[in-house]
Amino acid sequence: MELPIEIPMEIPGLLNYWIVIVLMMAGFYVVISHGNLVKKMVGLSVFQVAVFVLYISMSKIDGGSAPILDDAIKQYSNPLPHVLILTAIVVGVATTALGLALIVRVRDAYGTIEEDEILEQERNDT
Amino acid sequence: MSVLLSAHLPALQVVLPLISAPLCVLFRRAGATWLIALIVSWASLGISILLLEQVIANGPISYLLGSWAAPWGIEYKVDMLSAFVMLIVTSIGSISMVFAPNSVNAEIPEDRIYLFYTMYLLTFCGLLGITITGDAFNLFVFLEISSLSSYVLISLGAERNALTAALRYLILGTVGATFYIIGVGLMYQMTGTLNMSDLAERLPAVAETRTILVALGFVTVGIGLKLGLFPVHVWLPNAYAYAPSVVTAFLAATATKVAVYALLRIYFSVFGTKIFAALPIDEFLLLLSLVAILSMSAVAIFQKNAKRLLAYSSVAQVGYMIIGISMVSVTGLTATILHLFNHAMIKGALFLVLAAVFFRIKSVKIEDMAGLGRMMPFSMAAFVVAGFSLVGVPLTVGFVSKWYLILGALEKGWWPVAGLILVSSLLAVIYFWKVIEVAYFKERPAEIGAISEVPAVMLIPMWVLVGANIYFGINTGLSVGAASAAAKLLIGGAP
Repeated sequence: MELPIEIPMEIPGLLNYWIVIVLMMAGFYVVISHGNLVKKMVGLSVFQVAVFVLYISMSKIDGGSAPILDDAIKQYSNPLPHVLILTAIVVGVATTALGLALIVRVRDAYGTIEEDEILEQERNDT
Repeated sequence: MSVLLSAHLPALQVVLPLISAPLCVLFRRAGATWLIALIVSWASLGISILLLEQVIANGPISYLLGSWAAPWGIEYKVDMLSAFVMLIVTSIGSISMVFAPNSVNAEIPEDRIYLFYTMYLLTFCGLLGITITGDAFNLFVFLEISSLSSYVLISLGAERNALTAALRYLILGTVGATFYIIGVGLMYQMTGTLNMSDLAERLPAVAETRTILVALGFVTVGIGLKLGLFPVHVWLPNAYAYAPSVVTAFLAATATKVAVYALLRIYFSVFGTKIFAALPIDEFLLLLSLVAILSMSAVAIFQKNAKRLLAYSSVAQVGYMIIGISMVSVTGLTATILHLFNHAMIKGALFLVLAAVFFRIKSVKIEDMAGLGRMMPFSMAAFVVAGFSLVGVPLTVGFVSKWYLILGALEKGWWPVAGLILVSSLLAVIYFWKVIEVAYFKERPAEIGAISEVPAVMLIPMWVLVGANIYFGINTGLSVGAASAAAKLLIGGAP
């Protein structure tokens, strides 16, 4: 069966990058639009994960192997971005942990984790 | 000093605060941890001075971490600019640590004080790391070390608003840092390197591609979020207003300055000046910072809380620094780098005075400061002198940096910009006068008891900064010499 529209060859090849953009925008949108602080942290994590995928995708080449020195292996994927992303994952975990810890404290102090209710209380304070 | 030790100073500068932070957690005693933080700060100041001397004598230092050769391993690079910024960070750190114990003991619960000093040391380590590293990804790691620990520092504030301020900063700060790594990732994709000097060599060949221009955009917005660039400064006023007083003084004087340094580094040492022809980001920054210096100074006038007032003023002052960058000239950059130094001393001094005020009257609302001019004569006198410097009165450092900024604007033929800088300085007079008027010309309500001046351990650090404001305002040779040498390096070093 023929497809009604012709898909350019670049699109399947760039699939990872399309996923990166969709994830990034979805995560960022959640950070901006949601008033629930936990959901904001979820959005932030998705946003960060999108960047991890970007780094990992760009270093992978077709048929590329892990960096093992062997005569049989002719082609290598670049391992450096993977290592960088290990670091970035650690940073991401720390950020999420700290963010959630702060949210626990916010709930103790305000009794809510909805941003509009917190802002309401802050307005009443002053 | 042994040759071995002096060769490893760049690594020590970062490692020293990094390993003493967990030491603080082991000791857990407020006094002991303060002592560690104090000693480490002063030792780092000593290292900064030694590094600056080495740079002046022998030129830039390149330090290979673990002896891995440069483009592959991580390189620490100390040139005139980074040595100068390190000097700013370490001297503010040392001074605020002398000031800290009274204020911290009063504002932070006893069982959390050791965490305060731990986080302070980590922030300190991160800030020094940003200034010393020659690797674009390593810069991200240090950026996050300093940011994560400063979120904790801010959340230690006594009021509950400190928590939401810290969380808001965390969300925006993380978005900023993530934008920065997107930019670095795109650059790596095009060049295959992360080392800054290596990037500078390889970027011109691909500078016109859309990938690199997008990278420039991402990096600008990412670092812009960290430095409180208008209009992405929204986290800053609350974070400064609700953080513990010493934290505000330390962060206001160092964190945004280091972010401006990172921007300078990325623009001029990595991308080079030619990139502005491909993407007119300099004009974009000029426009934003002009709006910043006018609107933020105007917003500052209407603040009721003195800390918030100074926070908005900080956003405006960062605007001056960005105007200098947008000139892309030696005079403009000299003004920016000078203002890094000068503004650190001005805001450091002003926020230390507010810390002293809070120590005595438990409030920094302007209305509560009535009559303080007579009750706390030395503190308020420091506030007045540092305020003069903020406005830019001659014989203070504030005048010197504004002088160079206006000189740079006139050099470019930007008369309206020079005019707007003067207008914004007049707005600074107004918001500053609001505090002075209440403190000096209003009687303290009789029902509230008299208060006394703060102890000398708090007055001396404050007055050291105020003294520096005047000393470097009169004897401009030292700071202007270092700033213009760094500016020439940035402009000339661009390929």
